[in-house]
Amino acid sequence: MTASVTTTPARDAYGPNLRQRLAARGLDAVTLLAVPAALFSLALFVYPFAFGLVLSFEPKAGGWLSNYQRFFADPFLYETIGKTLWLSLPVTLLNLFLAVPIAFRVRLMRNQRLLTAILVLPITLGTVLVAEGLLNYLGPQGWFNRTLMTFGLISQPLKLVHNYWGVFASLLITGFPFTFLLTLSYVTGIDPALEQAAATLGANAWQRFRHVYLPLLMPGFAITFCLSFVQAFSVFPSAVLLGAPAGPTRVISIAAYQAAFEEYDYSMASAVAMIMGVVQLAIVVAVLASRGLFYRGPASGAKG
Amino acid sequence: MIRDTTLGAKLWATAVWAFVIFFVLNLFAMIGTVVTSSFATRWLGTWLPAGWTTRWYYSAWSEFQLGDVLLVTFQVVGLVVLISGVLGVTAAYALARRDFPGKRLLMLLFLLPLLIPPITFGIPLATVLYQTGLAGTFWGVVAANLVPTVPFVILVMIPFIEQIDPKLEAAARVFGANTFKLFIHVLLPLLLPGILAALLLVLVRTIAMFELTFLVAGPTSQTLVVALYYAVFAAGVRAVQSIDAMAVVYMVTTLIWLVVALRFVNPAQIVTRAKQQPAH
Amino acid sequence: MTIALSKFDEVRLDRVSRDFGALNALREVNLTIKRREFIALLGPSGCGKSTTLNCIAGLLPVTGGAIWLDKHRVDTLKPEERGFGMVFQNYALFPHLNVRQNIGFGLKMRGTPRAEIDRKVNEAIGLVRLQGQENKLPGQLSGGQQQRVAIARAIVIEPPLVLMDEPLSNLDAKLRLEMRAEIRRIHNELGATTIYVTHDQDEALSLADRIVVLKDGIVRQVGTPKELYEAPAHLDVADFMGFRNRLKGKVVSHENGHAVIDVEGARFKGVARDALAPGAAAVVAVRPDDMVASDEGPHALKAVVDTIEYRGREFVGTAHSAQGSDLVFRSDHTVEPGSTVHLTADERVLIFPGQN
Ligand SMILES: Nc1ncnc2c1ncn2[C@@H]1O[C@H](COP(=O)(O)OP(=O)(O)OP(=O)(O)O)[C@@H](O)[C@H]1O
Ligand SMILES: [Mg+2]
Repeated sequence: MTASVTTTPARDAYGPNLRQRLAARGLDAVTLLAVPAALFSLALFVYPFAFGLVLSFEPKAGGWLSNYQRFFADPFLYETIGKTLWLSLPVTLLNLFLAVPIAFRVRLMRNQRLLTAILVLPITLGTVLVAEGLLNYLGPQGWFNRTLMTFGLISQPLKLVHNYWGVFASLLITGFPFTFLLTLSYVTGIDPALEQAAATLGANAWQRFRHVYLPLLMPGFAITFCLSFVQAFSVFPSAVLLGAPAGPTRVISIAAYQAAFEEYDYSMASAVAMIMGVVQLAIVVAVLASRGLFYRGPASGAKG
Repeated sequence: MIRDTTLGAKLWATAVWAFVIFFVLNLFAMIGTVVTSSFATRWLGTWLPAGWTTRWYYSAWSEFQLGDVLLVTFQVVGLVVLISGVLGVTAAYALARRDFPGKRLLMLLFLLPLLIPPITFGIPLATVLYQTGLAGTFWGVVAANLVPTVPFVILVMIPFIEQIDPKLEAAARVFGANTFKLFIHVLLPLLLPGILAALLLVLVRTIAMFELTFLVAGPTSQTLVVALYYAVFAAGVRAVQSIDAMAVVYMVTTLIWLVVALRFVNPAQIVTRAKQQPAH
Repeated sequence: MTIALSKFDEVRLDRVSRDFGALNALREVNLTIKRREFIALLGPSGCGKSTTLNCIAGLLPVTGGAIWLDKHRVDTLKPEERGFGMVFQNYALFPHLNVRQNIGFGLKMRGTPRAEIDRKVNEAIGLVRLQGQENKLPGQLSGGQQQRVAIARAIVIEPPLVLMDEPLSNLDAKLRLEMRAEIRRIHNELGATTIYVTHDQDEALSLADRIVVLKDGIVRQVGTPKELYEAPAHLDVADFMGFRNRLKGKVVSHENGHAVIDVEGARFKGVARDALAPGAAAVVAVRPDDMVASDEGPHALKAVVDTIEYRGREFVGTAHSAQGSDLVFRSDHTVEPGSTVHLTADERVLIFPGQN
């Protein structure tokens, strides 16, 4: 509300007071309700991050960059980036490639709830339990190897734990449901009439996917990829328990953890965490930037 | 999707279902392995154990001090649920109802802890907590766990609050309700289903939250999942079955709440927030 | 890809049925549509109109019967092999493609050379008068423009048969009238064959060469608009054609296709198709326009006025008879609510058999 029309000279006396002017900009008592959460987030998220960033430039010894110099000079450290990517990228891509056709199928199901509830299981159980379970299940005496041997597919147990494949399997089992459920929500968001329209216009199943679904889903797939990738990239408990934490599955989280809790070098640990964040961010930004190439907007044919 | 009935389409469908079944079978077999082992007297090199027993549960209970660990776990989870509920719902209400300068920035601030994995921000967070002496304490664990849960509640609640007609609140005010009465008599009843769903999800996620608790917990402030990690990490010290018994105890605690949660929320929500709001 | 014939003499639905579990959405529908005809499928919500259209388009498999294009059976073909054009109720425009790409989509799928696509798309854009909008995305178009894109997209592939599912239902009243004329113009210009689904009888009457009335998955009547309007064969079709007054009575006499019915002591004379024995129950159906309030007459039906509305040229009122039948009538002077009127109907009165 602005001042009402009046002929008296003391117009300003009728003008909005400070409280009303602030309210007009959206600042009133209700807005203040956001303050506690914002303060909390500043104290426990922004401040530690900033603190860690600064700390990473204040190494125990050497110049301000020496943590980073040490990281990129020591193969035991810098190779963790490659090892982590070598795990997380293939797993994320595989998860996405598996999730898409399955999401297209499951969309047709009347009762999706049971399947989605089953798939939510490994996510809620968490990485530690999955690692513990797989340790037995995929072990040389586990049911998995036994079954393969019973069917005569292999003559001696495959080595599936304490190496790359153990971690790979655990990332698949916790990552696939996550990727799948995200993909499903994007796929079901697309108006089925679009596909029907394409079919009446002569597009076969592959053309419908290629020219209608794919362009509409690309932005969603990009986001799914990023979220799944970020999870896989920060793999920690399963890399320790199921992998070879001194060898091929010495991922970057392990390096950060060891710096902090074995060497008690918080400055170095912060530097590793920052490097980890930057690598993730670089990949996420690259993928999301490519999203700009695609149509982004409501995925239904009609207005409103 | 248009149902295709050609041979190729059928083969494709079969392949897709075969994978789903393969995945689910392995998942259940993995869980089955843990459960079977926890009841096994001796299980070496055979399909099934030599005999069955429940004694591992008793030994795990005393060896791992499961009583204490469970108590700490429930206290941590309870406090995290309570605090993130209060902080999250109030902030979500402000964000849903008001447009103010800096709102987008604030939203970004709340989105980031959900997009950045806990291990990345957990290390600097743990560093700060160690320097302030909070790390290793009960409250340190609670504080660390709140970092992702408060934003989670906010983002789940915003769409829920937005769909409640603001006219209802206006009406209540016209009839003379002050802010407190408005909250108790109008908002809370309307918001309750949403709050319940959000908090159940927080509960399920916090029980399973390993990284943050692991980074800041001390010996007396461990939650069950961290205790399980240490047990598996130190495998060989204790009988495998004993660790598996502990794993089953952990599974049961998680699954009870998962089953409760699934009564109120769509499974997909455990992964994403409300479906109408894909994270564009 | 085998596209069904582009020229044909007739489309024939031969005992087409479609079940959804226990629900029979279509029951043995028989229908023959000649080339260049404009057919309207009319019926209340849920009667199976969309189902019929989807079966013809191939979006739903039929569960019984067959669909023929002359001597070619098409119900076994996939939708993309039939080559029919379809306009969807919500248009189903591809949101990521601009107007030009949307319209050209079907041609592109057929592998038509680029130059030819451009030429045909331009033609189609001219036909639906969308010049200047070519590069907009669907989200940037008004409802009526989206509608035109949907039509252009369906006809640019020169389909032998164009299917339209309530294409005007999302538009406001004025635009609906304009687009109605447009659709008829395009149909005539192209010499296409069109099946048009609607639940609006005005639309059906003004557009179609023939109207098919569906109810509960059964074809109730097929005929020209004039036939349906003047001589609906069943009470439910009459209901749909605006015979809002339905009066229960007893047959007094029936000869030469005309019957006299006694309704609460009043007499109505009208056309009766079905055999009616004197004394049997019957229903008199009269349009509000033909139910006139008059001064006292020997055969008039007495009713108490409930409401009266001024409509410019005349008054339209509602009333109820002593036995509780609701009536809608016309009057050239105002009458007071609560007063008694004498209602008579002399023309376009239809008599149907009734239940006791
Ligand atoms: N996929 C389906 N599963 C089950 N029943 C269906 C399905 N599609 C349609 N039906 C049922 O079939 C009947 C006919 O539906 P249809 O969509 O053809 O009606 P309609 O005449 O187009 O109605 P409207 O004018 O409301 O669009 C309805 O009773 C409907 O509930
Ligand atoms: Mg319909």
